[in-house]
Amino acid sequence: MQALNTEPNLPAPDDFYEELIGMHRGLTDAQSALVNAKLILLLANHIGDPAILRAALDAARDGVAPPVDTIQQTE
Amino acid sequence: MRTYTNPIFEYRRPPELDGRTRHCPVVVVGAGPVGLVAAIDLAQRDIPVVVLDEDNTVSVGSRAICYAKRTLEILDRLGCGEAVVNKGVRWNVGRVFHGAELAYRFDLLPEAGHRRPAFVNLQQYHFEECLVRRAESFAQAELRWQHQVIGVAPGKDTVSLRVATQDGEYMLTCDWLIVADGARSPVRHMLGLDTEGQVFRDRFLIADIHMTSDFPAERWFWFDPPFHPNQSALLHRQADDVWRIDFQLGVDADPEEERKPERILPRLRAMLGAEAKFEIEWASVYTFACRRMRNFRHGRVLFAGDAAHLVSPFGARGANSGVQDVDNLVWKLDLVLRGLAPERLLDSYDSERVPAADENIKNSTRSTDFITPKSAVSRTFRDAVLSLAKKHGFARRLVNSGRLSVPTVLRDSPLNTPDRDPNFAAANGAMTPGAPAADAPVSGPRGDWLLDYLAPGFTLLTFGDAVPAAQSVSFTGGAVSCRTVQVGGGARTDCAVILDKTGLVAQRYDAQPGTSYLLRPDQHVCARWRTFGANAVRDAIARATGTM
Repeated sequence: MQALNTEPNLPAPDDFYEELIGMHRGLTDAQSALVNAKLILLLANHIGDPAILRAALDAARDGVAPPVDTIQQTE
Repeated sequence: MRTYTNPIFEYRRPPELDGRTRHCPVVVVGAGPVGLVAAIDLAQRDIPVVVLDEDNTVSVGSRAICYAKRTLEILDRLGCGEAVVNKGVRWNVGRVFHGAELAYRFDLLPEAGHRRPAFVNLQQYHFEECLVRRAESFAQAELRWQHQVIGVAPGKDTVSLRVATQDGEYMLTCDWLIVADGARSPVRHMLGLDTEGQVFRDRFLIADIHMTSDFPAERWFWFDPPFHPNQSALLHRQADDVWRIDFQLGVDADPEEERKPERILPRLRAMLGAEAKFEIEWASVYTFACRRMRNFRHGRVLFAGDAAHLVSPFGARGANSGVQDVDNLVWKLDLVLRGLAPERLLDSYDSERVPAADENIKNSTRSTDFITPKSAVSRTFRDAVLSLAKKHGFARRLVNSGRLSVPTVLRDSPLNTPDRDPNFAAANGAMTPGAPAADAPVSGPRGDWLLDYLAPGFTLLTFGDAVPAAQSVSFTGGAVSCRTVQVGGGARTDCAVILDKTGLVAQRYDAQPGTSYLLRPDQHVCARWRTFGANAVRDAIARATGTM
């Protein structure tokens, strides 16, 4: 089974990054959010493998914690 | 209502008020779709049953309208499938719109060779009337209208009920109590039992309208339509030129206001056009929950349908799953009441139908989250899926306007005999142990559809001349009767022989000469083999009846 590849894999990373940001040019925040969501769905379908997708979800979420609940703060 | 007048079922003074006492094998509380199906199945198995209902008519309003193929097949077994199908509107196709555009179209039954369509739409009151008529044809089924259960006392050997009528209160005892008294289940409350799960805050408006229209008999669902921006809408055709329209209203809607015709009419005009001619039949504003009881068996008390589990309406998984509950339960009660199976067989009702409820809750919760996103990002992904769906096939599979009811495969049931032939398990996942039997056209002495041969008891379905006559006779004469049905092969007198005239039986059952399936009385596969062996069949029957 293949694992999520987090080693460098983009042949021209700067080119890709420029295209990614360029894709959002002229869009409102709401439109950008929609385009990002479409991009995630297209890539997820291309990858297909549930284990790799799950590993990517975990890696994306890693280090991002929800704000501490206000109820907990008052306790 | 314009097209329907609720019948009034006559209250009868119970003999218990005049000094007679009665002990019933089974009492059913609730004469809704689930309670009535239970009563018919019991009576058809010659078990006396008393049904108690606090009301004196069928459903007021159309309520559950989509009856799935499996429900129709169960009703065929109970002798009232034809009545429901003839009165209802058949449909297989659904269309999903996003804004003003068609996002995609799906067909729930794309293959031929099935007796029943994917769905029949029929108002719940018509559905219940068909069931009441069928139940009343049995001397063993006694329907008691305006008899309200006001007390339940489950005991070790019996359950005692206190019942209130206009003439006074009386006591009734039974061996087994089936509780099918709906979402609010008064009996569940009397026993101090609860449901666990989620409650949703979005409000929805249902309007039934009478309208002559040439819209096709299909399920049409809109996300964010021009006539109802930012919300969803659903259209279904029912019998008698009645149409069901469902509008999402959001969490802030005022249910009292939204119920008023002056609020409903502009919504309908916007959808149907200013020139459309229609009349409102019935309207209701509702919210929903996805919840279930922790267990459906509590000793001698068995919960079924909405009393045991609740789902959102998207997917038509409420009434359909309730009918599957009692389809699962009644044959087990029959064997236990006749002393042919131990009481612990009834534990399998719980271990089979609780996972089924979870499957339905999972699917209906997912649909609800797609239709009514709970956060901005959830809404963004939803809209991303819908916009991709117009162009890209993969995204159509993600659109969730309701995953429509299909019967649960009882995969992990303790009643199943696991496949031993690895080639079987690998070759065909469809008819795995736990799956409901697939229908197919046949010819033979009892009709043109396979499912007609797979009842009322256990059935050994064999392909070719695998089963010697002495064995088929011994299965039939066993304590738990199992009739052999042979597909193809030579003529014989010890069992039914049917012909697979289209080859679809062999195809759907992945059959080779010698392949045998053991089917339970509820037509679920519980074992299968590539080669016949009498002891293996006996063991599988023992396992499926809880005796080993």
